[in-house]
Amino acid sequence: MAARTRSGQWAAWAFLAPVAVYLLVFYAYPLYRNVELSLRNYTVRSFVQGHAPFTGFANYIKIFGDATFGPALWHTVVFTVVSLAFQFGIGLALAVFFSRNFRLSATLRALFLVPWLLPLIVSASTWSWMLNSDSGVINVVLGAFGIDPVNWLTSPDWSLWSVTIANIWIGIPFNLVVLYSGLQGISPAIYEAAALDGAGGWQRFWKVTFPLLRPVSAITLLLGLVYTLKVFDLIWIMTKGGPSGSSTTFATWSYRLGFGNLVPSFGPGAAVGNLLIVMALIFGLIYIRVQRRQAHT
Amino acid sequence: MRYWKTAIGLVLTGVMLFPVYWMINVSFTRDTDMRKSPPSWFPVNGTLEGYRAVLDQQLPYLSVSLVVGLGTVALTLLVSAPAAYSLAKLRPRGGGVLGFVLLIAQMIPGIIMAMGFYAIFLSTGVLNTIPGLIVADSTLAVPFAVLIFTAFMSGIPEELLQAARTDGAGTFRTFWSIVLPVSRNSIITVSLFAFLWAWSDFVFASTLDQGGDHQPITLGIYHYIGNNNQQWNAIMATAVIASIPATILLIIAQRYVAAGVTAGAVKD
Repeated sequence: MAARTRSGQWAAWAFLAPVAVYLLVFYAYPLYRNVELSLRNYTVRSFVQGHAPFTGFANYIKIFGDATFGPALWHTVVFTVVSLAFQFGIGLALAVFFSRNFRLSATLRALFLVPWLLPLIVSASTWSWMLNSDSGVINVVLGAFGIDPVNWLTSPDWSLWSVTIANIWIGIPFNLVVLYSGLQGISPAIYEAAALDGAGGWQRFWKVTFPLLRPVSAITLLLGLVYTLKVFDLIWIMTKGGPSGSSTTFATWSYRLGFGNLVPSFGPGAAVGNLLIVMALIFGLIYIRVQRRQAHT
Repeated sequence: MRYWKTAIGLVLTGVMLFPVYWMINVSFTRDTDMRKSPPSWFPVNGTLEGYRAVLDQQLPYLSVSLVVGLGTVALTLLVSAPAAYSLAKLRPRGGGVLGFVLLIAQMIPGIIMAMGFYAIFLSTGVLNTIPGLIVADSTLAVPFAVLIFTAFMSGIPEELLQAARTDGAGTFRTFWSIVLPVSRNSIITVSLFAFLWAWSDFVFASTLDQGGDHQPITLGIYHYIGNNNQQWNAIMATAVIASIPATILLIIAQRYVAAGVTAGAVKD
């Protein structure tokens, strides 16, 4: 290959240089600053002037011992697992439904993308108003079925479920589109063979579609997991992690520590953030492994 | 039988898009009807008060978002297109590692980047500025852009580039006059997503621009909610306006959108 020559390598790296510099300055450096923040005892003053004392893992010990740690971990797990389960289940059902090409199916499938494309603040504020205790349309509809109004956003029992419902709504389109394209990859001949062998619709789904879709499903779920761990805007706009911390996840906790109080505690905020990165990276690496393995087979 | 499915499809789409309809409905609702029970299901006694409030108060926010969005698109294309050309066609040593780093970069939560950026921006004086926000927003798009471009440019036939080289075109000339024009569709996809992500960004805006004179529309809406003025028709009218780019994107570029969503997740 001609490009392996020395001048070829020069040209190749000349084209790569901007992105390499970009990654160093705008990814590596902020992340490095974040690690540094978490290892020092920063106050507002030392934040501006520098010279914050090095305190090792004191910030980490502090957040592990914090009363918020346990609940935040639990909320993060519940929010992520419940969101993923419903997004995936509903997305898969819709993908199977839309793969029977019927009139308007392409148009309707495109319309399903809308929730995913809307700015999060738009979705979050719309859901906030729909879930309003007194005037929200959800409580009106529930009332028509004789169910008492629920304090969706203002009761500690319900706030986590409210943000989870909104997040499921936002995540369905992604699951639908990816799983749909996965379904397109399954050869119709296999279905015909299964039908010839007398498999009914339900059996065809469990015995043919589901196993053959497993690689795409794994990727969808892992990517969904990485995305869901990051969710911050939605929860912050709808509940600010409250009331009394009942919908606080690691992402909102980190933000509240760093930016949400009058006296910011950057160190602990960065420490929580770094824990979140570690969680995201573990699943991210699993995702890359799964994807690489599929690319090789 | 076919119409049955269409009917079910319509109902499902209706349920899914109900929140969007409700946003539009509320944006036309009069203040006096806002807490009416039961609510009006259609904007019968509609008002344009909400939209008038948007015109009065939100235009500066919208123009900042437009500038930030376009700036993000420009920066993203500038950094990612040459890199992708190199990764796809020039076989740089260490290219594989860089591709891996980009995949990882995509997974870092924005809120953590925001904290690092805050510390850096504060000491360099770009906190609360539009260029600072453009740089931060571009980190949402650059890894995705390089991956999409690389996937696309790998598909450009080697003969095409060889022919250019035979005609005496250098590496840069080949990139500029052959590779870029051929990659038009992927440029559109990347630009659309970069714009949309910058336009929708709340994390960076609320951390890096919360004290700025020029704030984007996401903060405009956020202040509206925070002020507790309960002018929900104005809030929802702003939300409707803020959704316009997403709508345009869906109408003019539907196939690119679906391609963009799946590109990151599924190999061909």
